Amino acid sequence: MSGQDELQELVGAAIGEIEAAEDIRALDEVRVKYLGKKGLVSAQMKELGKLDPEQRRERGRVLNEARQQLEKAIASRRAALEKRALEEKLAKERVDVTLPARPERAGVVHPVSHVWEEVVEIFADLGFSVAEGPHIETDWYNFEALNIPPEHPARQEHDTFYFHEKEDGARKLLRTHTSPVQIHTMETQQPPIRIIAPGRVFRCDSDPTHTPVFHQVEALVIDRDTHMGHLKWTLEEFCKAFFETENVKMRFRASHFPFTEPSMEVDINCSWEGGQVKVGEGDDWLEILGSGMVHPNVLRAGGIDPDEWQGYAFGIGIDRLAMLKYGIPDLRAFFDADIRWLKHYGFSALQIPTLAGGLSA
Amino acid sequence: MKFTLGWLKDFLDTSASLDEIVETLNRIGLEVEEVIDPSQKLKDFTTAKIISAEKHPDADKLKVCMVDTGRGEPVQVVCGAPNARAGLVGVFAPPGTHIPGTGLDLKVAKVRGVESAGMMCSERELEISDDHEGIIELPEDTPLGMPAAEALGMNDPVIEIAITPNRGDALGVYGVARDLAAAGLGTLKPIEVPNIEGGYESPIAVHLDFAEENPPCPHFIGRHFRGVKNGPSPAWMQHRLRAVGARPISALVDITNYIMFSFNRPLHVFDAQKVHGDIHVRYAHPGEKLLALDGNTYELDESMVVIADEERAEAIGGVIGGEESGCTEETTEVFLEVAYFDPINIAMTGRKLNIMTDARYRFERGVDPAFLPAGAQLASKLILELCGGECSHLVEAGKPAVKPEEERTFQLRKDRVKTLAGLEVPLEKQVEILEKLGFVVTDEGEVLKAVAPTWRPDIHGEADLVEEIVRIVGLDELPSVPLERPHAVARPVLTDLQLKQVRARHLLASRGLAEAVTYSFLPKRHAELFGGGAKELELANPISSELSDMRPSLLPNLIAAAGRNVARGFGDVALFEVGSVYHSDEPEGERVMAAGVRQGMAVPRHWAERARPVDVFDAKADALAVLENAGLNPDSIQIDVEGAPEWYHPGRSGALKLGPKKVLGHFGELHPAVLKEMDVKGPVAGFEIFLDELPAKKRKGTAKPPLDAPDLMPLKRDLAFVVDEAVAAGDIVRAAKGADKALISDVRVFDVFAGAKAAEQLGEGRKSVAIEIVLQPRKKTLTDEEIQRVMDKVVAAVAKATGGTLRG
Repeated sequence: MSGQDELQELVGAAIGEIEAAEDIRALDEVRVKYLGKKGLVSAQMKELGKLDPEQRRERGRVLNEARQQLEKAIASRRAALEKRALEEKLAKERVDVTLPARPERAGVVHPVSHVWEEVVEIFADLGFSVAEGPHIETDWYNFEALNIPPEHPARQEHDTFYFHEKEDGARKLLRTHTSPVQIHTMETQQPPIRIIAPGRVFRCDSDPTHTPVFHQVEALVIDRDTHMGHLKWTLEEFCKAFFETENVKMRFRASHFPFTEPSMEVDINCSWEGGQVKVGEGDDWLEILGSGMVHPNVLRAGGIDPDEWQGYAFGIGIDRLAMLKYGIPDLRAFFDADIRWLKHYGFSALQIPTLAGGLSA
Repeated sequence: MKFTLGWLKDFLDTSASLDEIVETLNRIGLEVEEVIDPSQKLKDFTTAKIISAEKHPDADKLKVCMVDTGRGEPVQVVCGAPNARAGLVGVFAPPGTHIPGTGLDLKVAKVRGVESAGMMCSERELEISDDHEGIIELPEDTPLGMPAAEALGMNDPVIEIAITPNRGDALGVYGVARDLAAAGLGTLKPIEVPNIEGGYESPIAVHLDFAEENPPCPHFIGRHFRGVKNGPSPAWMQHRLRAVGARPISALVDITNYIMFSFNRPLHVFDAQKVHGDIHVRYAHPGEKLLALDGNTYELDESMVVIADEERAEAIGGVIGGEESGCTEETTEVFLEVAYFDPINIAMTGRKLNIMTDARYRFERGVDPAFLPAGAQLASKLILELCGGECSHLVEAGKPAVKPEEERTFQLRKDRVKTLAGLEVPLEKQVEILEKLGFVVTDEGEVLKAVAPTWRPDIHGEADLVEEIVRIVGLDELPSVPLERPHAVARPVLTDLQLKQVRARHLLASRGLAEAVTYSFLPKRHAELFGGGAKELELANPISSELSDMRPSLLPNLIAAAGRNVARGFGDVALFEVGSVYHSDEPEGERVMAAGVRQGMAVPRHWAERARPVDVFDAKADALAVLENAGLNPDSIQIDVEGAPEWYHPGRSGALKLGPKKVLGHFGELHPAVLKEMDVKGPVAGFEIFLDELPAKKRKGTAKPPLDAPDLMPLKRDLAFVVDEAVAAGDIVRAAKGADKALISDVRVFDVFAGAKAAEQLGEGRKSVAIEIVLQPRKKTLTDEEIQRVMDKVVAAVAKATGGTLRG
């Protein structure tokens, strides 16, 4: 038997053992047996020194080839064994993925806040900034400056909450509308003025359709030539944008408010189906706001000369807008913080109204 | 204000349909609230005649009637009315009819064995009146089979309109007719005022006992009647009064109401025989009492006006009549009062006494001060016609309170309708509208001059004239004119504080809390638990004692809301609110707060997580998140462990401060005693942040500072310190951070070993706090010696600050 044949036999046996190795350790043993320092192939390498240069070269090449062949076989077997081991490990790691994930809470934004943001988004685009005023007001700001003197019958309709009378006879009250912000704004800002004033208002009234606290948004525009045509346009644009439909029909009716002259009330068309109101369809009319040209006496009370400046004002109920747009039936539930109601009618933290993305999107 | 179509047409010559009238009323500012067609509920009822009425074989009080309904064969009806008799023409209801007075649907039935195929009806069954003594009797010549509504005069539609406070004149049907005529819906008929001289001197004179120049009752016209008979008023008048919601009482009273509703001219009639001597209109004596027609006795003060005789007050002027001198069926002599009262005085009197009557409602909105003689004559005519007798000459005291013409004259610039309303109305149309409304208009070149009619005290200036023209033309005619855009692309508008509120809201919602909107009120006991309850923040007229005080914090209402959810079976809630709280009644006392509560379990039972109740650290995380979200550097916020108010758990709460004085908010577990007082199941963890206390974001351009991201890897070292139990972990962290500000980028507490076992190992009153220190090399990798030097500095700094030593 030649050395060549012997080597071939050795390689054949080694490959057989490599293939038969059932785990990494067994494979390692095979590697040591043949390729280790004292391994069978290594032993033959050591014999090379005894050969003449010609033979040595030839024998060396053959041995190297054999070595490489075995290393390749071992690597391939190792990969196969590792793959199998990983598969076995993963098989053991199987869990019941139908189990619930770890709990996380989802919060919500109240519909009143969402509608506040919608209204602000629309009016900001028209160049209105957001003005504010205190909830606890004086008679002057809530009534007198708005052309409602003490004996005015309109006072009766305001269901005002009062605080106790002070020693000097004055008594504070809770603002019954957002209109006092008109006066505060005129006092601190020179015309031209373009503001909205959303906020809480208070009426001493509680029944199925009224709550002692609710929300309004006031708008005030003062400059030199703003007239009722501008008011009408603003209201039409607002309603289309807010209700997100081009089909809103509006009806403008003459009315009276002490703080505007001329005054008008505005209805929008709606339908009532199954007790739910839908805006922008149907032939019924629903009153949504009061408006008018700011009364000269109100401008004067705010320190603005009515011969030089004029403008309009209007007020809308924010809660009412929310009810109409989102089909919310009961006003009282707005203030009850029933978690089921909040989750149902509320908006996710990331639902931020934008004109680009749609206000209710 | 209600009126019927027929009543309106007494004054308005028009061919307009009901729909047109309603639409026009809405347009011109007389908002229609309801239109009721009374014939609708009577549509199945017809006139019919009883041909024969025989006694029921088995019942003494019942009769078996044959009824001719005007259609086909007579029908058999069993009737129990005492007046049922042959020849009576009444109102018949066939089977299937819904009877409004009983709410039942009529069926063919056997009554004591006799079939009855319909019903003869009483007034009560038709809801005409409460009368159920017998069945309705109509005139014998009434055609049979005609709609009952027609036969009863109940086919006149009723229109109810809302009258704005400025339009007293529209509280009379005539005023409504005038507006409609101005709007082009027909012609206003002139009021035919009779000129009744009267045949004798009134035995009762009238004195206005006022000293001032402008008395609260400046003008009074009276008239005496004798030989009158005060029975029921005629059916047509009763129908109209009932239709507008007034109860017919007697002819005399009904006449005064009829004139009031027709012309907005309230009147009063006294039984002249019960009046002692002359009439004196004067201020009430302090404490003077009057039994009024509403059955109440009112105690008056000296600001109120009474119509008195020589003995006592007989009426509160312009508000309500007195019971003692009221007219009854027996009245034969009458004294008619037609007076004018100052609207402000009436409003104040009515408000003080809390009486609302048709008269007060009209006087405080302003009646026509020039209409007294006409009102007296119109009433006189009706009294004489309906009650007979004769009348005296008119008695007059004072003079008409009509403003001089120059005070009722206003200029209207010819372009003002265009510049204020944006509406093009031809000048002649403007003039026509004003004239139809009763203004006297003259063209003065640049301007129109308009004298307001005496019945329009609400006209004060040019804007009012524009309103009159615009409302009659109709606002649907207004053009839509775009507002000028201040910028092509809109600029941001929210203030820093407004933006903070929006952001706090979205942040807290993203952290799992649901936003609540609660009332600004709470019960006093809740206010007091949270530092409120001051007298100046207590409502004088709360809706209930549960809503009596202004909230000093958002927490109590949120806690109460959490409690309500628990009570409904939905516990473990997390709620927040962003809004105002009230620390004084001055504007500065209104603070803007964001607050939240978490109740019950923070982590519910779960197969993979350990369930745990909410605690102070949930609240702390929420509070810090709000502050960071508002742009605060977390490292600048100090925790004052003693700083939380008394509604928090004293050992599990803290205040968040910026510097030693500026309190940004509080967090912690709520005090168990507070929860017990509020009857809410704990634990509850909560926080309060004063958003208006946070420093405004300093914006210097939009660029962010350059990124500081060294190429070298950060490395971490752990140190454990043994300290006294009272030492705050925060102090250890702060000391460690300060040991080498250049190299130490973060320090985190990762373990606390305290309690009994710690005491055993570390000594009584000791605990161990383990911290991880993150070192960020900047220029070169740190050598072991360099790292050790930093660690030594940390150990020294912690030891100095807290007395802590390295745990061996």
